[in-house]
Amino acid sequence: MKKVLGIVALMALAVAIWVAAVDVNNTPDMPGLKVGDTAPDFKLKNVDGKMVSLKDYNDAKGYIVIFTCNTCPVAKAYENRIIELHNKTAPKGYPVVAIQPNDPSVQPGDSFEAMQARAKAESYPFAYLFDDGQKIYPQYGASRTPEVYLLDKNLKLRYTGAIDDNQNSSAVTVNYVEKAIAAIEAGKEPDPSLVKAVGCGIKAKKNY
Amino acid sequence: MNRIGKLLFLSILSNLMLYGCVSAQDENKSPALPAPAKMLGNIAVYDEFDNIEPIFHQQSDTTYVINFWATWCKPCVEELPYFEQLYEALKGQKVKIILLSLDFPRQLESKLVPFVQENRLKSEVIALTDGQFSVWIDKISPEWTGAIPVTMIYNAQKRHFYGEQFASYEDLEKLVKAFL
Repeated sequence: MKKVLGIVALMALAVAIWVAAVDVNNTPDMPGLKVGDTAPDFKLKNVDGKMVSLKDYNDAKGYIVIFTCNTCPVAKAYENRIIELHNKTAPKGYPVVAIQPNDPSVQPGDSFEAMQARAKAESYPFAYLFDDGQKIYPQYGASRTPEVYLLDKNLKLRYTGAIDDNQNSSAVTVNYVEKAIAAIEAGKEPDPSLVKAVGCGIKAKKNY
Repeated sequence: MNRIGKLLFLSILSNLMLYGCVSAQDENKSPALPAPAKMLGNIAVYDEFDNIEPIFHQQSDTTYVINFWATWCKPCVEELPYFEQLYEALKGQKVKIILLSLDFPRQLESKLVPFVQENRLKSEVIALTDGQFSVWIDKISPEWTGAIPVTMIYNAQKRHFYGEQFASYEDLEKLVKAFL
């Protein structure tokens, strides 16, 4: 019996060490989500005044979470492409969920009222949510606008980064988001799963 | 000697050898680049990253300060005066400041050229219109997320990637002076 207890204790110790090791491995060098991580859901105010969470989308097979804003010229250059993307992929079960992460005290053009005006003027077909208090974008690790986080229906991050391969819409050769969705639909891993692009840094309250 | 000791010894040795090679290379202060796609006044416009890549790998006694910016980027425009101040402060020293604009190709003539003229920028301005960022962002630094401004400071001995806006001129000056 003592021997069994000893073995159990050893196993427990081994598990404890293993858990600790896994914990350490999961501490990323850079904060935010990595492909394969499960993204946190949120509850943010949409431009129509209603609170929106990912779990509210009943039939979604995935979510194209895009951090974007009113003021960034790169985001503006992508505005029409984001609308087109949603119109193309939402019927397939992959709606765009846009989140505006900038602090309006730093970037007044990104106030909730300005967001409402923009969404109305451009007839946004997707939710345009305000990350009030800037709680959500750091959890995702977003750094710029526009920046995509493509989640599957279990909120697992499958692709992150650029929408396509060129800021200039007439020079685009690949739409990475559509390509990644096609891969998920085919039961494959998106490749590439991370594509960087230049954008505007997210405007946070300055701490200096 | 145990295995770790041997490995350590070997890696120190190879570092020394590498360093030796680097400092033995001939000195080349102004980067010789392929011809730009076009010139807009004094601004050389490049449409392929490959053609400007050499400015990130000069092996000379000059320290390079390369700032990625765009006229559309507010924090970039806010910190530009620091680079101009640095240009004046370090005149005569072996420092080369390059302001590498990522302005939209269609706004070079309407935005970038007037901006450079109105602000009488003294530092060298180069425009890069290669929109295929994903191909070259990691070549500058894997730490770079894609947001601008960012600044690369390097010389033959060391390099430092500064991934955000400078809070003050003093911050920039301190960082660059550590290279001199």
